[in-house]
Amino acid sequence: MRRATTVIVGAGHAGLAMSRCLADRSIDHVVLERGEVANSWKTERWDSLRLLTPNWQSRLPGYGYEGDDPDGFRDMAETIAFLERYAERIAAPVEARTTVTSVRAVDGGYEVRSDRGTWRARTVVVASGACNTPVVPALAELLPAGIHTLTPMEYRNPDQLPEGGVMVVGASATGTQIGEEIHRSGRPVTLSVGEHVRVPRTYRGRDIEWWMDRCGVLDERWDEVDNLDRARTVPSLQLAGSDDRRTVDLNALSWIGVRLVGRLAGIRHGKAQFAGSLPNMCALADLKMSRLLDRIDEWIAEAGLEGDVPPRHRFEPTRVPQSPPLDLDLAHGSIRTILWATGFRPDYSWLDVPVIDRKGRLRHEGGVVEAPGLYLMGIPFLRRRKSSLIDGAADDARDLSAHLASYLDAGRRIPARA
Amino acid sequence: MHTLEHAADNGVNVDALLEARDALAQAPEAAGFQWRAACKWIKGTHSRSTVRGFFGLGEEQQHRTEFTFEADHPEVFASEDNGAAPVELVLAGLASCLTAGVASVAQMRGIQLRSVKATVEGGMDIRGILGVDSDVRNGFDGIKVTYEIDADATPEEIRAVVAQSQKRSAVYDAITNPTNVVVEVN
Repeated sequence: MRRATTVIVGAGHAGLAMSRCLADRSIDHVVLERGEVANSWKTERWDSLRLLTPNWQSRLPGYGYEGDDPDGFRDMAETIAFLERYAERIAAPVEARTTVTSVRAVDGGYEVRSDRGTWRARTVVVASGACNTPVVPALAELLPAGIHTLTPMEYRNPDQLPEGGVMVVGASATGTQIGEEIHRSGRPVTLSVGEHVRVPRTYRGRDIEWWMDRCGVLDERWDEVDNLDRARTVPSLQLAGSDDRRTVDLNALSWIGVRLVGRLAGIRHGKAQFAGSLPNMCALADLKMSRLLDRIDEWIAEAGLEGDVPPRHRFEPTRVPQSPPLDLDLAHGSIRTILWATGFRPDYSWLDVPVIDRKGRLRHEGGVVEAPGLYLMGIPFLRRRKSSLIDGAADDARDLSAHLASYLDAGRRIPARA
Repeated sequence: MHTLEHAADNGVNVDALLEARDALAQAPEAAGFQWRAACKWIKGTHSRSTVRGFFGLGEEQQHRTEFTFEADHPEVFASEDNGAAPVELVLAGLASCLTAGVASVAQMRGIQLRSVKATVEGGMDIRGILGVDSDVRNGFDGIKVTYEIDADATPEEIRAVVAQSQKRSAVYDAITNPTNVVVEVN
């Protein structure tokens, strides 16, 4: 059995940022990684994916973008190289190809079992990712035979799909990006649209992420928002990273011929049934986008930048089809493939500590898990709105490493339990 | 956790609603409600529905009094027109549900309402119910709700209240989504 003060589970951006912060505090630790550094980016992403945040925005503790295209968007190879360089630069003590099989509490600390040995640690940081398992709705079981289905984790590029129509279920970042790519491959896409968050790629001469960063939206804290549950489950922004910085919203998709339908609400007698709420889903997203732009406009006015940037404007409301179809016959061949872009959830099946709530979430306050000495990193709105981004890991790791250090200090002052 | 402006008074007990929301988040088993109506045939297409009891918060509940709804078909259907057409009751239910939501959401957001009027139009091709053409559905081919709202808020804020009310409306959900319906004969 090996010993470490802290075991970090996962060597993605969150685990590495925490490793760097612990090293700064001279806290000895090990980073256990089931694959290699940046494993999910290497093995679970489609070919054309690029980060939806600009290069400048991935600021990790002691590390950042060093190239000459700060406003560009990393492709997967660049994202992987970026994280590998970081791991090297900070000399992160990564144990690769080491899959954690259980974590349980043992006298004042944790026993971490893996397929390559067991560690004892005072503290454990869960940085195993927010997107381990694709969420597929239960009604998928009702699909008629002969329809090819896949999740975004299985999807690589349109060539792996049969010819013919594709229904993409879900219109957040994943659904809109993949939907656009598949439609352009000559497979007509029907996009099933539920609740979504519409934003333009650029506004008033800058990237939307630049404005959200600058005006403080991304720094909003978990203990300051009105409805934290809601903030943690809000869908991802309809954004894509591309060289032409194009906006991939529903209007852009309609323009190239993608057919919009309501949320997939049922499958009956071989027919997909769609909710009649599409107009309101779009109205909600348009209103929410306008509130974000209002906030940016206010910030620009207060900062006295009104004359320095292009004038305020608004985007065309989402063009909702006059009478979107309420059902679609899946049996007669117009749809050959269904892609479930219906979200992801973390996998805590290896965590044998009673800190999971009835909805499968870890109970925590800003990453400080209910069980003493256990910490969480890298999930949406962990401590800030930006916690879901690579860019959010720096502040979260600084805060949580400070908490972890004071937890260790307190433990040293109080005699350890026998 | 909740920051509320109490300046607005639309007659909605928001504190009680928020308390209920927090309580039910802890005890989801109490959130199971069952709504009921009883309907008695009178004559022809005329019937009378009553509502009184329902189940919720873990026990039987009662309305303050029994409420009665007359339903019939209009004279153009060769009926006696003793009450609203059932489809009109559905439209009234939708409008009432959305309007209750408008009042609650407005109050939650500190918006004082002065007047709220909804008109609801439901289009229907009656060849469906008459069995003239099997390709025509029985139900509405579309429903349009139009609000006129006078309130202390910008037009955008009012639109946001109406949108949120749809997002939280039970009848809107029931109409826009499929529901399994079982009809039995004892």
